[in-house]
Amino acid sequence: MSERDQTNGKAAQATAQAQEAKRPGASRRALLGAGTAALAGVLLAPGIRLIEIAGAQMQRAPGEPVTDKVRWGMLIDTTRCSPDCNECVKACNTENGLSGRTGPTDSQWIRKIEIKYERTGRTVSAPVMCQHCAKPPCVDVCPTGASFKRADGIVLVDRHSCIGCRYCVLACPYKARSFVHEPLTEQKPDVPRGKGCVEGCTMCVHRVDRGQQPACAESCPEGAITFGDLNDPESAISRRVREIATTRIREDLRLDTGIRYHGL
Amino acid sequence: MLHATLSRWIALALVLVAGAGTTWASAWAADAAGRVPRPEISVDAATQCIAAPDVMRRTHMDMLKHQRDRTVHLGERGVKVTLNACIDCHAGKGAGAAAGSVVGSPQAFCETCHRYAAVKLDCFDCHQPKPGAAPAAAAAAKQ
Amino acid sequence: MHASQLTTPPSERRFWLMVALGGLLVLLALGAAHYMETSGHIVTGMNNHVVWGLPHVFAIFLVVAASGVLNVASIGSVFGKADYKARAPLSGLLCVAMLAGGLTVLSLDLGRPERVIIAATTYNFTSVFAWNMFMYSGMFAIVALYLWTLMDRRMNPLSKKVGLVAFVWRLVLTTCTGSIFAFLVAREGYGSALLAPMFIVMSFAWGLAVFHLVQSVIFAWNGLPLPDHVHRRMSRLLGVFVAAVLYLVAMHHLTNLYFARNVDFERFILLDGGVYPTLFWAGFVVAGSVIPLLLIYARGFGRQRDTLLASALVVAGAFCALYVLIVGGQAWPLNLLPGASVHSTFYDGQIAPYAPSLPELLLGLGGIAVAFLITTIGIQVFDFLPRDVSRPASAEGQAR
Repeated sequence: MSERDQTNGKAAQATAQAQEAKRPGASRRALLGAGTAALAGVLLAPGIRLIEIAGAQMQRAPGEPVTDKVRWGMLIDTTRCSPDCNECVKACNTENGLSGRTGPTDSQWIRKIEIKYERTGRTVSAPVMCQHCAKPPCVDVCPTGASFKRADGIVLVDRHSCIGCRYCVLACPYKARSFVHEPLTEQKPDVPRGKGCVEGCTMCVHRVDRGQQPACAESCPEGAITFGDLNDPESAISRRVREIATTRIREDLRLDTGIRYHGL
Repeated sequence: MLHATLSRWIALALVLVAGAGTTWASAWAADAAGRVPRPEISVDAATQCIAAPDVMRRTHMDMLKHQRDRTVHLGERGVKVTLNACIDCHAGKGAGAAAGSVVGSPQAFCETCHRYAAVKLDCFDCHQPKPGAAPAAAAAAKQ
Repeated sequence: MHASQLTTPPSERRFWLMVALGGLLVLLALGAAHYMETSGHIVTGMNNHVVWGLPHVFAIFLVVAASGVLNVASIGSVFGKADYKARAPLSGLLCVAMLAGGLTVLSLDLGRPERVIIAATTYNFTSVFAWNMFMYSGMFAIVALYLWTLMDRRMNPLSKKVGLVAFVWRLVLTTCTGSIFAFLVAREGYGSALLAPMFIVMSFAWGLAVFHLVQSVIFAWNGLPLPDHVHRRMSRLLGVFVAAVLYLVAMHHLTNLYFARNVDFERFILLDGGVYPTLFWAGFVVAGSVIPLLLIYARGFGRQRDTLLASALVVAGAFCALYVLIVGGQAWPLNLLPGASVHSTFYDGQIAPYAPSLPELLLGLGGIAVAFLITTIGIQVFDFLPRDVSRPASAEGQAR
């Protein structure tokens, strides 16, 4: 909560300086005060967002398990996506220690798809990752229960139980899962991954559990990806999906995915 | 007929026992001579592990296995048992000869005992054995 | 002629030669599996888009045929036909042998084969794959018990009941194997309830074909002629099963063609998909079904050597059918947005590449070798040779 203290501290400072503005040398002090306030505002803007997101998560004490009070989801506004941009993909690769290569055996947790509607000729660009379904087929088919859905809606692979049978890769309607085809040595400490196990987008669960956003959402230069709690009616994502039209990929399968798209 | 078969089976059993016994005896003798180097643990004397060394030696595997399921499935964070914290300490700056990675060399912290006990580690097929948590994690820890 | 009164004893030299050959193939397979395990699956032709390849074609053939080969015994025990009853022990042995072979390939192809213990002890019962693991393990136990009731005179009265349990168990097992594919909702090549009964009928056909091949070889190498009435019965039954398989496969594709959204997939599999239509039409339909039917039923054919060839062709056709189903079904891209064409760096909208590699082939052949070894050693050590009931009008005059 130090950022909230920062807010209060800087606000108090700004007020004090405004009062001093009436005395001699006030114009310089006023400039300094206004400048500080402006700087504080600029610095705090992302912080306020973080607090809003972290507010839900920060309440989890050490050792406290997740509950289904929260359901994490993302809203992707494809009208802000361009075929030339794949910042989300690059951020995901960096955050999770993926190679970034795109050969047939390379892991891709998120990819940009270029869509062209045949009848109308309209083109759309969109990122596709694990859709974090509420009724995930990958969880149904996993023989050992390694593919599972956490209480807060994030679908994960428990690599301690994964035997590498790849049935979940077959079952996923979005082809969201990848299989690690070679020994790895440059894993990120927060993202264990290894040969012989299946993996996929974790919604950056290691970041979410710290009160941060997934790397793709944070890195988007157009702010196309909104991350938040779908169960909280006052969260930014919930408000947005109430306002604009959104769809889900393969809605006909009724998997109740956590990722929604606007502009598909 | 039975006698001949039986005596053949007994002969085979004796050969197997003799072979096993010789192997065991030579291994025992070699161990005393130091064929497999005994583990050397180097830790920074100023730091404290989450439990006493004899407790850790006997139960670290159970601690890790129990907590890993709770962390992965239940999302428990900030708990006492985290593999990254073990690695940061035991292969970090204060670890002397073991610094750098917990596996990969005879002095590496995990490797030195596991080599001696001949217990294969498969943690590091997936987990990063070199210390260095992401900066964001350290920042969050400070909060 | 009783087996123990044979004038030509089974050749010891031939036995050891077969064991050596089988052993060599198994060693090669183990070497290939070790290579795959240490270097990772990158050394195979499988990738993130075609995750199940040649090893799975072999494994699923072995497992499905294993279940089907037990049919011969079931017809004897459950339906009481004496000719088949005499063949029940061999059928049971082949079942266990092929099941072992198929499971060997499946387990060794896993990304983490050392975790097969986890697979055998931790079950997620919503997964039909887990059900399969459970059914396969149980199958070994039940067939072992069944063999005991067949071959131990004191246990013979129980053979009918145990035979019924084995019959039901393997119907469920093959249904589960077909369901692996039937329950995949998102893929146009799968996701059909028809796949479960299709697998059952395939098991009947392929199991009987394998049984006939093995039986013919055993009889030939023991200098015994296969009784004509047995041959006639089995060849007609094989013909019925092959026709039934053709019928269900046709229904599967016809139904798919009625769904406009699946037409592109059907065109790919049946017309312009390259290797897949070739294997389907030339391999499965013509060589694996039509020609065997002609060899069995057509005038001028129907002799023992025709049925032998038919059985071999049915097995070859089975491999083609499985390759098209398993690999072809994965090669076709997922349809993320109906009405749109999609492309990406992850083979969205593109036919997935796949080319079988040597380690995969060696692993698959190793499964067959395991089945071969178990059968060979089993026949040598135990009395699995079918003893046929005498027929007064028969030219051979076999006495019991």
